[in-house]
Amino acid sequence: MSVDVLLTELELDAVTELVNLGVSRAATNLALMVRDEVVLTVPKVTLMSRQEAIRILGERETKNLVAVHQIFEGEITGRALLIFPEERSLELVRSVVGNDLSLEEIIELEQEALAETGNIILNSCLATIANALESHLRISLPEVLRGESSRFFNLPPPPEAGSTVMFIYINFVVRRRDLNGYIAMMMDMPSLAALQVLLRNLIARMSSGTRA
Amino acid sequence: MTYKLLIVDDSKLARMAVVKALNSCYPEWQRIEAGNAEDALSAMQQEVPDIALVDFNMPVRDGLTLAADLRKLSPQMPIGIISANHQQEVIDRAKGLGATFLPKPLAEKALREFLTTASRVLQSAAP
Repeated sequence: MSVDVLLTELELDAVTELVNLGVSRAATNLALMVRDEVVLTVPKVTLMSRQEAIRILGERETKNLVAVHQIFEGEITGRALLIFPEERSLELVRSVVGNDLSLEEIIELEQEALAETGNIILNSCLATIANALESHLRISLPEVLRGESSRFFNLPPPPEAGSTVMFIYINFVVRRRDLNGYIAMMMDMPSLAALQVLLRNLIARMSSGTRA
Repeated sequence: MTYKLLIVDDSKLARMAVVKALNSCYPEWQRIEAGNAEDALSAMQQEVPDIALVDFNMPVRDGLTLAADLRKLSPQMPIGIISANHQQEVIDRAKGLGATFLPKPLAEKALREFLTTASRVLQSAAP
């Protein structure tokens, strides 16, 4: 199933642009935290099954991944994940806390530094999108998960409406630290329908502005 | 004039970031750190801070709820709400409590501006 079955070309363009805005703000914040340039790929917005999402991440990355997970709820409900290879997680923490701390101190801080870093990245992304849509999202506390991608995409409770998800993913690279990861957002079909309404309102606001 | 700053954030890393920025702006100021709203309120009973910096997204009681409690205890205290969640509703709720919204990650410049304004307010209110 492709996303354009449900969304018009303009709606798809709008959602991609919103994600772009959100992720750009998140990347700006990540760059501030790691004091290094963060390079982003163009976000890909696709409708796919959970199995496909698991397969895509599984093909690109090692089995041992770390994810920071947050649930967002409001007119649209879903999950946002910041995912990267587990072997680089200490390096991410080190790049955030700086080089002043010993390895023991970094290991002690790891779990909560990952949660806080994920919280900043995912919140800045979700808040930008919510503001652009003139909607409000409640965002849960961050949770750090470890394991294979299949675990991240099968978190309880299972979705109420089938296993099709809108999967948005974007690759980011922190150049000098050799760090890379993904930001993924998942929502099920009822939320996709709600998102479409919000997108139509946004497009209407934009087009009334251009006619004036 | 030195002041006492209450820093409330469930993340130790985030508190470290605030302390680092504070040390480069106002190293002589005192600080009280708390990891949640409850600890912040009990710390308030021991010693009353002049200024509070509160994270929004915390377990059990969020930062805006805590800010409302702090406001009741100390109506004039300058309060900063720190969050990466810059949704308009969060910013509006902070403003509604007479608090200043400060985006996360906290930039030293933003903290300095907030603290400088806060100390001016405190000085003009001092008897």
